Amino acid sequence: MTDIDQGTTVDVTVTVNGIAHTRTVEPRRLLSDFIRHDLRLTGTHVGCEHGVCGACTVLVDGKPMRSCLMFAVSAEDMEITTVEGLGTQDAMGPVQQAFVECHGLQCGFCTPGFVTTITAFIEENPDPTSEEAREAISGNLCRCTGYQNICKAVLRAAEINRERATPTEGGDPA
Amino acid sequence: MTTRQFGQPVLRREDPRLVTGNGRYLDDLGHTAYEAAFVRSPHAHARITDIDVEGALDVEGVVAIFTHEDLEGPAADRLPLLIPHPSIEAGRTGHALAKDDVNHVGEAIAMVVATNRYVAEDAAQRIVVSYEFLPPVVGIENARDGANLVHDDAPGNVAAHLLQEVGDVESALAAAPHTLTLDLDIERSACTPMEGRGVLAQWDSDEQRLRLHSSTQTSTGVRAAVAAKLQLPLSQVECIAPDVGGGFGVKIMHPWPEEVLVPWAARRLDHDVKWTEDRREHFTASAHERGQVQQVTVGFDDDGRLLGLDVRFWHDNGAYLPYGVIVPIITATQLLGPYKPQNYRVEFWSLYTNTAIVTPYRGAGRPQGCFAMERTMDAIAAELGLDRAEVRSRNFIQPEEMPFDQGLMFQDGRPLKYDSGDFPASLAKLKALVGWDDFAAYREEAESQGRKVGLGIGCYVEGTGVGPYEGGHVHVETSGRVNVATGLTTQGQGHQTILAQIVADELGVSIDDVHVTTGDTRRMPYAVGTFASRGAVMSGNAVALAARAVRAKALRIAADALEVAEEDLQIEDGTISVKGAPHASIALSTVAVMSNPLRYAFDESAKAATQFAGTFDPDKPPVADDEEPGLEGKDFYSPTQATFANGMHAAIVETDPVTAEIKILRYCVIHDCGTVVNPMIVEGQVHGGVAQGVGGALYERMAYDETGQLLNASFMDFLMPYASEIPHIETDHLETPSPLNPLGIKGAGEAGTIPVTAVIASAIEDAEGFPIRSMPISPHELWDLRRAHAHALETVSPTPTEESA
Ligand code: FES
Ligand code: FES
Repeated sequence: MTDIDQGTTVDVTVTVNGIAHTRTVEPRRLLSDFIRHDLRLTGTHVGCEHGVCGACTVLVDGKPMRSCLMFAVSAEDMEITTVEGLGTQDAMGPVQQAFVECHGLQCGFCTPGFVTTITAFIEENPDPTSEEAREAISGNLCRCTGYQNICKAVLRAAEINRERATPTEGGDPA
Repeated sequence: MTTRQFGQPVLRREDPRLVTGNGRYLDDLGHTAYEAAFVRSPHAHARITDIDVEGALDVEGVVAIFTHEDLEGPAADRLPLLIPHPSIEAGRTGHALAKDDVNHVGEAIAMVVATNRYVAEDAAQRIVVSYEFLPPVVGIENARDGANLVHDDAPGNVAAHLLQEVGDVESALAAAPHTLTLDLDIERSACTPMEGRGVLAQWDSDEQRLRLHSSTQTSTGVRAAVAAKLQLPLSQVECIAPDVGGGFGVKIMHPWPEEVLVPWAARRLDHDVKWTEDRREHFTASAHERGQVQQVTVGFDDDGRLLGLDVRFWHDNGAYLPYGVIVPIITATQLLGPYKPQNYRVEFWSLYTNTAIVTPYRGAGRPQGCFAMERTMDAIAAELGLDRAEVRSRNFIQPEEMPFDQGLMFQDGRPLKYDSGDFPASLAKLKALVGWDDFAAYREEAESQGRKVGLGIGCYVEGTGVGPYEGGHVHVETSGRVNVATGLTTQGQGHQTILAQIVADELGVSIDDVHVTTGDTRRMPYAVGTFASRGAVMSGNAVALAARAVRAKALRIAADALEVAEEDLQIEDGTISVKGAPHASIALSTVAVMSNPLRYAFDESAKAATQFAGTFDPDKPPVADDEEPGLEGKDFYSPTQATFANGMHAAIVETDPVTAEIKILRYCVIHDCGTVVNPMIVEGQVHGGVAQGVGGALYERMAYDETGQLLNASFMDFLMPYASEIPHIETDHLETPSPLNPLGIKGAGEAGTIPVTAVIASAIEDAEGFPIRSMPISPHELWDLRRAHAHALETVSPTPTEESA
């Protein structure tokens, strides 16, 4: 970091999980730090700070993006969705629910990045094959699970999505 | 009736919190804390001649800068050598901040504390350290030749040297009809959990108390070490492991320099201080494992039966030896796997190099041992033209020989005595699962399509659940809530679920009422830690024993109240009732009220326990002489020795005839970890373990150059596998309960990882037709090997196999 950065601050307004937040930040402040430490939405995790692991993935205007590769100021006026915006413990989103059912997590550190990534994926591909499911998560690192149950969770999440869309037909989950 | 939880694939109780972003990992805590950054050595071996912090002091937001000179008392001394062992000849450890010299890239030299991490890093960049370079020692070859020394007072770079022998190997080899010698090599890798290390220290100057959060596998260990370093009474220090984003061994090491420095600075500055490791720091300043050079000489008869096994290996322990020689001891002892060597001699040298320290990584020396043994088994089969599974089976310890004493001393200082296992049954299951006997036909078909495929196999035995002990505390609140505490920590193994399953069954309550806390010294100050696949064995049994104590107490109180004999009572769904007379019952929550005679009625339920409520025997004290108030109980589980889990893996690989790309087509696992508390969780542990094993076999290595620079210290360059690299894993289980503990559990955590390198080497060898002696292996290396062997075939015949006698 150069000296020029230090001390200069700007106001930035970012909408996160439907709420507009304005903060005064240094231009160099990463979006991941902004979300985690300024907004204290600590569900978004940082596993590498260099764009490889995907733990910091959030949805920016619906698209999965690595928040460690963006500055907070470049998210001005954008709509960000973090893992906290995808469900609560009492009302989990389809991907979150699927991760629980399929044992798709162990330590849970990588999980928020997978949940956001998969949410966007099944939006685009509501009925993926297992190959497509594996492909979809192949940009995120997990050191615990060996990915098998995460692949399963992708398929199950798509299924839950479909079940929830047609509640009358929704039978017993498999 | 309460359904039995033990053995059920109960969904994890920690998950709703974690999947919704409500986990609390280290860096999620302490948002008002100062943050620390470190100046770390860019050189592998140098003397520090000057540290100039001038330019950093006036960076706005800098609170303090510390170097070794600022440290005082034990904090300035060397870090402890955690596990002393008689084989250690020169046990050297580092300082929290480097004093006079640095011995690996990444060693901490100065600590900057600032209002935030950005500022701390700005300042760290302005600190100028001057060095006088020393020759770096990198790699086992250079360490072994001893021309340059890492530590002047460790001649030959030898940290430790150990020889163990059972029987008479010399004579056995001399008399053996066949002998082979194999030279083997395994490179360094590392745990690389998705969350690195991290420490938050909160100093309360009014109470002179330190609260420490660390992303650790042992909160009691960190607490004791920090109390000693900071000269604080143990009672004034508490340590909590919050949610931990993976460990795999690296977080059992303690105290890390940062675990000493962060609390030290918090007390000195009278302000909360936090440090969160970044990925580059994790690569260079935490720990690695695996690097070994091995030489195996084996003698065997015409049937492939072992007569004598002589193993020598050189273990790269990095710059310092804080964790002692646990890893090479495990290699030396667990190498034997399910086999009877007849005569066995193992000798190792643990060597210093100017690289990151080496401490256990999932498997902890076993993957190397398994590699040595399994390569040897394949070599014997090749030499005699026998089926590889058959050679293994001829050397198996038989079920009726259990318990089987290998005659060696294990990592816990106790005999290496296998408690259970049925190796022939495991092998039969594995052969069925992978289709061992049909593989020849499959290969033929593949060959007809121009494809190269190979089948590999690997067997292991894993000593799990080593002592000394773990404890359990179970407390039933008057609401019926059951609090369970154990001291070991959790990094994703699902302890909150499996321990709740065990307690729910033992106590006869709904699992929804059971709440488990791990790794918090406020709740359970006596504990060892999470390593050696010991969580379920140690804490599982400890909480079961504690729950049994609570159950007994509850029945005593209820028997009194209901005026029946204890034997006539049962507990189901949190209600104690008379067997056969369900109307005579009392809720466990009521028993909890009655267990604590009260003076004050703080709520509705408490009224029943106050002194004017109900009748009592005026001749008896409110709390009987041999009782304590409260419905709670505590117990410890301390085994005489480890339990021994085992497993066998097989894989089918395909190697591209042109590009030498290696693809795993199938991966099969047979796994015996005794009785299973939660099959879903065990399966998950196996998957994760195999994935780490695949990383170690095909992708991951620590690429140090000759000057000791780590060239691939990022996830961009260190090739940790994505989903695209990990095969679908097929599993089958065998349950041979351990006779050693009340629940019959053997550990499961590391199992998946142990044989993978051996299995993949075996499969590639089978596909290619030449020996694989060095792992990991990349397509590039395989391609080179092909060329070398083709060349050798052209110039000399016969094929280049092992030198045989
Ligand atoms: S932290 Fe952003 S990709 Fe790893
Ligand atoms: S669950 Fe631990 S890293 Fe994925």
